Amino acid sequence: MDDPIMVEVKDLHFSRGSTDIFRGVDLQIPLGKITAIMGPSGTGKTTLLKLIGGQLVPDRGQILIGGQDVHKLSRRSLFKLRRRMGMLFQSGALFSDLDVFENVAFPLRIHTELPNAMIRDIVLMKLQAVGLRGARHLMPSELSGGMARRVALARAVALDPDLVLYDEPFVGQDPISMGVLVQLIKKVNLALGLTAVMVSHDIKETLSIADYVYIIADGKVMAHGSPQTLNVNDDAHVKQFVHGEPDGPVPFHYPAPDFFDDILAPAGQFS
Amino acid sequence: MKRHIAALGRATLDTLSSIGRAGLFLVQSVFCLPSREGFHLWLRQMHFVGVMSVAIVLVSGLFIGMVLALQGFTILVGFGADEALGQMVALSLVRELAPVVAALLFAGRAGSALTAEIGLMKATEQLTSMEMIGVDPLRRIVAPRLWAGFVSLPVLTVIFGVVGIWGGYLVGVDWLGVYEGSYWSNMQDSVDFVDDVLNGMVKSLVFGLVVTWIAVFQGYDLIPTSEGISRATTRTVVYASLAVLGLDFVLTALMFGDLG
Repeated sequence: MDDPIMVEVKDLHFSRGSTDIFRGVDLQIPLGKITAIMGPSGTGKTTLLKLIGGQLVPDRGQILIGGQDVHKLSRRSLFKLRRRMGMLFQSGALFSDLDVFENVAFPLRIHTELPNAMIRDIVLMKLQAVGLRGARHLMPSELSGGMARRVALARAVALDPDLVLYDEPFVGQDPISMGVLVQLIKKVNLALGLTAVMVSHDIKETLSIADYVYIIADGKVMAHGSPQTLNVNDDAHVKQFVHGEPDGPVPFHYPAPDFFDDILAPAGQFS
Repeated sequence: MKRHIAALGRATLDTLSSIGRAGLFLVQSVFCLPSREGFHLWLRQMHFVGVMSVAIVLVSGLFIGMVLALQGFTILVGFGADEALGQMVALSLVRELAPVVAALLFAGRAGSALTAEIGLMKATEQLTSMEMIGVDPLRRIVAPRLWAGFVSLPVLTVIFGVVGIWGGYLVGVDWLGVYEGSYWSNMQDSVDFVDDVLNGMVKSLVFGLVVTWIAVFQGYDLIPTSEGISRATTRTVVYASLAVLGLDFVLTALMFGDLG
């Protein structure tokens, strides 16, 4: 990878209780590109975004954003760094007491001294970009899941951040909403020249817009490369994931005693 | 046996760590610098936490004052001391019942609502998204609520006391026929502003801080699931009520303990 690096993850270790989530993850997010982080459910993709955003602290290792170690910053400096980041949450995470317009205006009102007229123009431009200028007076509870995510996208890019983190942007969307979101993310990224990190397990959609892909499983990076190279990768983990095979290195069954022993056991022995 | 000791150790560590987190949380929230925006948020919370609790405080204060007068009259009349009814109603309300009952009602209405509101914000990732936008939720969400609770409970306590005394008047004077002049003059002679009214206010300030602290911390620290919200809301009401009753004893002992 020859592009300049925006985010660098070095030897990342993280565990919850006795479960190791990451056991030495190294990855680099190039500047101005869409980098996808993929992997089966439960491999810690969202956890990785929270570590990059400084919401969780790793057990070992470093995460550098623009050369700054996220976890060595003071609370104040961390919040300052976050002003240069946007995040699209799986649920949209819109503020339920503010309407669509005020949700998008929120970062602008907090972090800038812009006059109201200018904030209005910027918000309308962002809402126009996601196709929801006409929905600016609606409350979050009046939006469909897809609309909520589009508003959340407008809010995530309201301050024209350097880095945008997308947490499962396509999950639970109907085909039309999904298509709209894929196009929007691609267009917004191109138009604003953002660096994007996208966590997802929607293979087709993600590979169609990602410039570079990391696949994570068993707490490590199993493979990385361009979407084209991953499609022809021979590794069993990668093949199972990319081609959606139900059984393989990631087993279909959760670990359990032998099925027949379990069925024939006296009541209470295994339960 | 070993397992029980380990479980006890774990529970102790969990409790200590929770108390530590709650202490840090309070310090970080209380010292958030006020801003113009913060003042608006505080005003909005004053409405939600304070103004919307007025109705329940009015009704409860009225009935408690009326019951006090009725019970007090039946006892005092036996000693021929029914003219001291005003004194009894006022001292009971100002020293004890107004701060304590208003705080218990506040914990049930505003405290549980605060926990559920903050908990729901956490469950729907609104707090996380606020952090990622570069806004500290302690400053924007927690601090205005904490200060609103701290300020509004003493005001609610005053309302409770005043309405209670009026309720006592309705029953004692209008219904049971106690002489109006003695109702008010005995009250005026026996209620001391510093010893009774101010001490009652100090109690309500302490209760306001503790109840709101418990409510916002339980909301902020809960497990973000529907079951987690329900448990945290229950914990708020139980912990806050017990804290109010326990602290009331401690404060009463400190304020009036040297009488004997």
